[in-house]
Amino acid sequence: MSGGASDGSGAGAGAPVGARARVALVLVSHSQRLAQGAVELSAQMAPGVLLLAAGGTDEGGLGTSYDRVSGAIDEALRVTEGVVVLADLGSAVMTVESVLDLEDGYDGRVRLADAPFVEGAVAAAVTAHGGGDVAEVLASAEHAGGTFAVAADAGTDAGAGTDAPAAGGTTPADGAARATVTLRNRLGLHARPAAVLARLVAGFDASVAIDGVNGASVLELMKLGATGGQELTVTGEGPQATEAVRAVVEAVEAGFGEV
Amino acid sequence: MTLDVAWADRWARLSAERIAAARDELTELDRQIGDGDHGENLDRGYRAVVAKLDGVAGGDQPPAQIGDVLKLVATTLMSSVGGASGPLYGTAYLRAAKVTGLAELDAHGVVALLEGALEGITARGKAQTGEKTMVDAWQPAVDAAEAAAADGATTAEVLAAAASAAREGAEATIPLVATKGRASYLGERSAGHQDPGATSTAILLEAARDAAAA
Repeated sequence: MSGGASDGSGAGAGAPVGARARVALVLVSHSQRLAQGAVELSAQMAPGVLLLAAGGTDEGGLGTSYDRVSGAIDEALRVTEGVVVLADLGSAVMTVESVLDLEDGYDGRVRLADAPFVEGAVAAAVTAHGGGDVAEVLASAEHAGGTFAVAADAGTDAGAGTDAPAAGGTTPADGAARATVTLRNRLGLHARPAAVLARLVAGFDASVAIDGVNGASVLELMKLGATGGQELTVTGEGPQATEAVRAVVEAVEAGFGEV
Repeated sequence: MTLDVAWADRWARLSAERIAAARDELTELDRQIGDGDHGENLDRGYRAVVAKLDGVAGGDQPPAQIGDVLKLVATTLMSSVGGASGPLYGTAYLRAAKVTGLAELDAHGVVALLEGALEGITARGKAQTGEKTMVDAWQPAVDAAEAAAADGATTAEVLAAAASAAREGAEATIPLVATKGRASYLGERSAGHQDPGATSTAILLEAARDAAAA
């Protein structure tokens, strides 16, 4: 699913990218290269988010550095209202907790996500790109951990999905819309198009489900494994349901620039 | 006999000496069930502590109280260790420093210091006894210190009781199966090895005892 074959952009591949989003991410790993790689991967899907890597020890070895973590958080807080931190193994988590402890949590502006490192970073970055606040970005990261389990027993676990209310059909709150559309690009909903759709959906005041999964979750969209030629069912509800569904249909029909 | 800032300074420096001497032993223990950097990481951390102590001693503001020394050790370990023992011991010294905002410690003050340290480690590492971690040395050390102080022991006797209990606790981790930390990935294979974190805890508390006897 690397998407590298079809994506020659390179534009979002550098280190810290622009900072239009309200929330920045600090990615803390034992390995500097792992942290930097997670930044690159997330930046490809969320070019408008400030992403900072804080990996390795001060000497560049494997481990975590209190000063690197606190330095990255301070840097992010100078330009954003909040920061969500993701960390990999035990001591990375503990180092972040120590920083938050000593700074009294930066008055709630900085939160550590209890989330898988890569999946959580990607999901959080896309939500931040969509303008989410700290709580929303944090929730997105933490929900990423359940993505695989949700997909595995989607048949029995309706409560975790967003489609349950729509399917029930009992008085949609504001408006409801439904459409079907066929994927035109050969690779279908791989990483980049999934991120495009998730960002698009996040921009509307509506909750959108695509084939029953949360349209604002890049990971759930990717887990659909939808490929070219496949028909998708798009449902929406909320004040902007019609506009949101129409936008999704248009994006899919445009082939994400890959046709 | 009470303990003052000179004791805290001696404790920190003696800890650095003992950790340097045990560096290879700790690394070897960690290599068996962890990522093999415990000795190296702690040695780097305590070297930085001594450098800091020398630096401030030569500067304008030497640590005035026990709590100041502990706070210096805490922040230095957090920034320079690099592994889990940095935040763990860092938080331990930090919580210990909060309880000891006093110029001198009596036996009950020593108990409060040790209780603060244990509280910091459990808060940070979320481990309990029996999980093959440094808590398996810290908990018996605190229990022994509390019992000794309740019996009217001196500060030196409280520290001696804590150090012996920590050493026994560390040795008692050998048959345990790790359920916390990097060693937990090994499951049953972690049994038969002494936990490196519990071992370094024993070394640090023995240094505290010997600093009081000096």
